[in-house]
Amino acid sequence: MKLSREEVLHIARLARLGLDEAEVDKFREQLSELLESFAVLQRVDTTGITPTAHSIALENVVRSDQVAASLPPDQILANAPQKEGDFFRVRPVLGDR
Amino acid sequence: MSAIANHSQLTIHEAHQLLKTRQISAVELARTCLARIREVEPELQALVTVTDELALSQAQKAEALIAAGDAQSPLSGIPVLIKDNMCTRGVRTTCSSRMLGDFVPPYDATVVEKLTSCHAVIVGKTNMDEFAMGSSTENSAFFPTRNPWDRSRVPGGSSGGSAVGVAAGEAIYALGSDTGGSIRQPAGFCSVTGLKPTYGRVSRYGLVAFASSLDQIGPLTQDVADCALVLNAIAGYDPRDSTSVPYPAPDYTQCLTDDLNGLRLGVPKEYFVEGMQPEVATVIRTAISRLEELGAGIDWEVSLPHTPYALAAYYIIAPSEASANLARYDGVKYGFSYLETNNMWQAMEKTRQRGFGPEVKRRIMLGTYALSAGYYDAWYLKAQKVRTLIRQEFDQAFEKYDALVTPTSPTVPFRIGEKVDDPLQMYLSDVCTLPINIAGLPAVSIPAGFADGLPVGMQIIGKPFSEETILKIAYAFQQATDWHKRKPAI
Repeated sequence: MKLSREEVLHIARLARLGLDEAEVDKFREQLSELLESFAVLQRVDTTGITPTAHSIALENVVRSDQVAASLPPDQILANAPQKEGDFFRVRPVLGDR
Repeated sequence: MSAIANHSQLTIHEAHQLLKTRQISAVELARTCLARIREVEPELQALVTVTDELALSQAQKAEALIAAGDAQSPLSGIPVLIKDNMCTRGVRTTCSSRMLGDFVPPYDATVVEKLTSCHAVIVGKTNMDEFAMGSSTENSAFFPTRNPWDRSRVPGGSSGGSAVGVAAGEAIYALGSDTGGSIRQPAGFCSVTGLKPTYGRVSRYGLVAFASSLDQIGPLTQDVADCALVLNAIAGYDPRDSTSVPYPAPDYTQCLTDDLNGLRLGVPKEYFVEGMQPEVATVIRTAISRLEELGAGIDWEVSLPHTPYALAAYYIIAPSEASANLARYDGVKYGFSYLETNNMWQAMEKTRQRGFGPEVKRRIMLGTYALSAGYYDAWYLKAQKVRTLIRQEFDQAFEKYDALVTPTSPTVPFRIGEKVDDPLQMYLSDVCTLPINIAGLPAVSIPAGFADGLPVGMQIIGKPFSEETILKIAYAFQQATDWHKRKPAI
């Protein structure tokens, strides 16, 4: 059940992860091998078993809605790759320019 | 061992006594660790950042408090290393990734805040597998860290830098994080004590997220008594981490007695896996017999039949959570950004292609696959159901036993380069530790002996929130043995 090239590219696109040709080939091999080994899971009878998302689950964690100080904009923006005034600078979302 | 090492390899409780009785000053102790760092770092490369100035200013403040008799905490003035995935305000926090190579957090992680309020002295940030994904610290984007017991071998991972820092005396103790064994496995490989607390016992606020339902912060120390002291400082509810539990934390030093009479310990046979190094099994069986001599009742024939499925379940669940957590690295808000295009999607894809290393990409791909349309039920949901079975099996075992005892790893430290291109072989080195994260349990790894001159760790696993029980067992073992006192020749 080796993954196809197209499947690898599809997953990479979902993850917005650029891959070069060598990476596509390598991940095709490695992911196929890993998934083949993880297929042992299919042998476990899980009929009627509830899935566990958190092993130590807390339910309905609530807190009061209190106003507290936020970090100032200059500190928030200190790590920004591109900024303009008090804003993060982003690339155009609609169209290229 | 060098003259400097003698002082930097003190335990917390020893250093605290020397500080309190004014036989050494906090500044001298910090300088000793910084000198030791300069001495061993060229060979070991355990640290990403050395925080000389911060350490000396914190040491001066601690010293003033100690002199005035106002130091309340046994951690006051004691040098510590922080794994580089915990945010330190004003100090670069890289996760050993190009993606965060220049990232300087504007806030402290809760654990860092807690240590700072105890007047701890931070001497550096430790190297790790990139984003904590790995078992050898070879996945650091910067450099591999070397095992002080044999520099051609890995220190384990992902908290390899923290384990090496403690083993080599670059600081008195360290913090690590553990998602599938990342505190315990390197602790075992470097012959130090490492505790993964129960999920929720320690706040994850400010810990860069890898797999949120599995990640937990814990101490790496010279011995169990130190482990209890550090856990006292970092455990507890934090309103900023909604998965931290709202139960009060006890004083973990109160449980440290050497009487194991009446305790029932189970040895699950599935943890003596096929492919396990026979010398490792021998060391662990001998260590367990020692626990029996100390009064514990041992059942050598416990079975946890779902154990063989834990690895597969883990490597679906952890990468799935990672693929979601790492979606935040888009080159817009912080971190590396590919600036040579104005096309949004291309910029995002190139940012992630160049910012992440091979193992991180592999896990993002694996997780994205397991969560994608058409595969979610067959992989992710299936793994979560198997997770339930594994947890239930532990619950049942803990009806009969106070703790379970296993090897920490199936082998001694392997050679650098040996497994780096074979992900499945690398993943198998966590086979004894990752079931514990799946079930959210506490577990401690302590030095249990040596095989061919290389360290072997023993793992003691407890029921949720029974850190006191496993620390007591580990403490009793260390009172009766001196494996934890042996230091590497460097």
